[in-house]
Amino acid sequence: MTNSAQYDIQSIRDDFPILERKIFDKPLVYLDNGASTQHPTAVINAVKNLYEHSYANVHRGVHTLSQEASNLYDDARVKVRGFIHASCVHEVVFTSGATESINLVAQCYARPRLKKGDEILITHMEHHSNIVPWQMVCEQTGAELKVVPISDKGELEMDQFHALLSEKTKMVSVVHVSNALGTVNPITSIINAAHELGVPVLVDGAQAIPHLPVNVKNLDADFYVFSGHKIYGPTGIGVLYGKEKLLNEMPPYKGGGDMILSVTFEETIYNQLPYKFEAGTPNIAGAVGLGAAIDYVNKIGIGTIAAHEHGLLMYATSKLEQIDGLRIIGEADQKAGLISFVLDGVHPHDIGTILDGEGVAIRAGHHCAQPIMERYNVPATARASFAMYNTFQEIDVLAEAIKKTINMFN
Amino acid sequence: MDNLRDLYQEVILDHNKNPRNFRKMEEPDGFAHGKNPLCGDQIDVYLKITDGVVEDVSFDGNGCAICTSSASMMTTALKGKTEAEAEALFNSFHHALTDEGTFPDDVPLGKLEVLTGVKDYPVRVKCATLAWHTFDAALKKMQGNVSTE
Ligand SMILES: Cc1ncc(COP(=O)(O)O)c(C=O)c1O
Repeated sequence: MTNSAQYDIQSIRDDFPILERKIFDKPLVYLDNGASTQHPTAVINAVKNLYEHSYANVHRGVHTLSQEASNLYDDARVKVRGFIHASCVHEVVFTSGATESINLVAQCYARPRLKKGDEILITHMEHHSNIVPWQMVCEQTGAELKVVPISDKGELEMDQFHALLSEKTKMVSVVHVSNALGTVNPITSIINAAHELGVPVLVDGAQAIPHLPVNVKNLDADFYVFSGHKIYGPTGIGVLYGKEKLLNEMPPYKGGGDMILSVTFEETIYNQLPYKFEAGTPNIAGAVGLGAAIDYVNKIGIGTIAAHEHGLLMYATSKLEQIDGLRIIGEADQKAGLISFVLDGVHPHDIGTILDGEGVAIRAGHHCAQPIMERYNVPATARASFAMYNTFQEIDVLAEAIKKTINMFN
Repeated sequence: MDNLRDLYQEVILDHNKNPRNFRKMEEPDGFAHGKNPLCGDQIDVYLKITDGVVEDVSFDGNGCAICTSSASMMTTALKGKTEAEAEALFNSFHHALTDEGTFPDDVPLGKLEVLTGVKDYPVRVKCATLAWHTFDAALKKMQGNVSTE
């Protein structure tokens, strides 16, 4: 549990202007953070400040503004490096988001290496963005996709993982925290086992990065990906962390400006890391906003945030468990940041609409994880996902709104 | 909550709880599977058509209250209608939920009128129209089959 003297929730809430919103005359209770988080003034101002004072294209002009914008853009990369504890700044590639990062690795790392008979190992709890890019590689190379099953509780069946991991496995890609179940996966054991066979591992950290301290070096992850908009930053910016050696071995993803050292029509010499993977004018404001978001998270402390959210999760779990007819989907021992649930006789879509009438924003649907819905035999779930600014009182509002929903339908 | 009562009217909640004609049909003349990938609504619509008249129509599947009640009301509204009348009702219903203004060929919606509250919830319109689109697909598929035979 968090110590309220240390955790000044009100001053945090004051930093997020949107939390003032009323929805149908009720205070907004924003519990759709798994889809996207809201933005503190510091992030909004960083983007505003860039556009009002320092905006120009990066790495191109000798003039002052281009210098300033380039510095701000490069600073953002330095901040990301520090936040995920990468060895060096050029291991941090800016992309448009987790999805693009995974596609980049699939196309530039896996595709050139894989052939018929090879296998790619993922899990049953992946987001579509960590399924489809690998299916595409399989189609392109003849490799086969293998899937680690999950238990009724929503945990990876690790004995199955070890059984499926073999000489044939050429790539492992696994979600750190499941967006549909909240499960925190035993990433370290997975990486260690894969490395014993010399297999590289991509970790989809989209849902982990806002909730847990991440240290890519200690994890020994080969690739780690996330999106800025799930950690209080802007949309359209994301990160691919890759070990220098692997990134160097990979061909560029896109061709264009900024990714080359010299171009003639006979030969092009690619730029060094990370620019090799950043063709074209990048999302400058997005990177700057992400840098500010990381500063903000660092100011509060990711460990402190994790503790607060763990308190919310425990409290919400105990509250929701008491509601008759409510079933929580995903009851792993290690969970972070969210609760998926279904109600007897009420479709999640209706839950979402009725809760919205109470000012409570949740996600209803398959969460881009249809295989999970199939696994638990539900068409969809409702999902409340937490962030640093959520309060225990908001959980009470959620629970009351759920009870109202049940009453309405019975 | 009050405005939500316009959406979740008693009739709608009742059809959701006790959907009419909620059954698989053996050997239907027409059949289609409808899906709203955004929210996971899935519905099968079965048709029996005799001499151009909807003799029986049923559905099964899994959807939200708006989807299920709309499907249920659709089946009761369609029985006994000619194919042309059914299509006209589909178009009118669709207009009522998605378009501004009036269309010259629109027919009265009758009991389906209660579903027009969905118009104020744009993301839910697809829920209300899924069964109708599926019915339309079943009918078109049938007509298609007939013409190629
Ligand atoms: C686990 C997980 N992976 C990947 C993604 C994709 O992120 P984006 O859409 O920002 O690329 C998401 C987003 O919901 C996610 O939850």
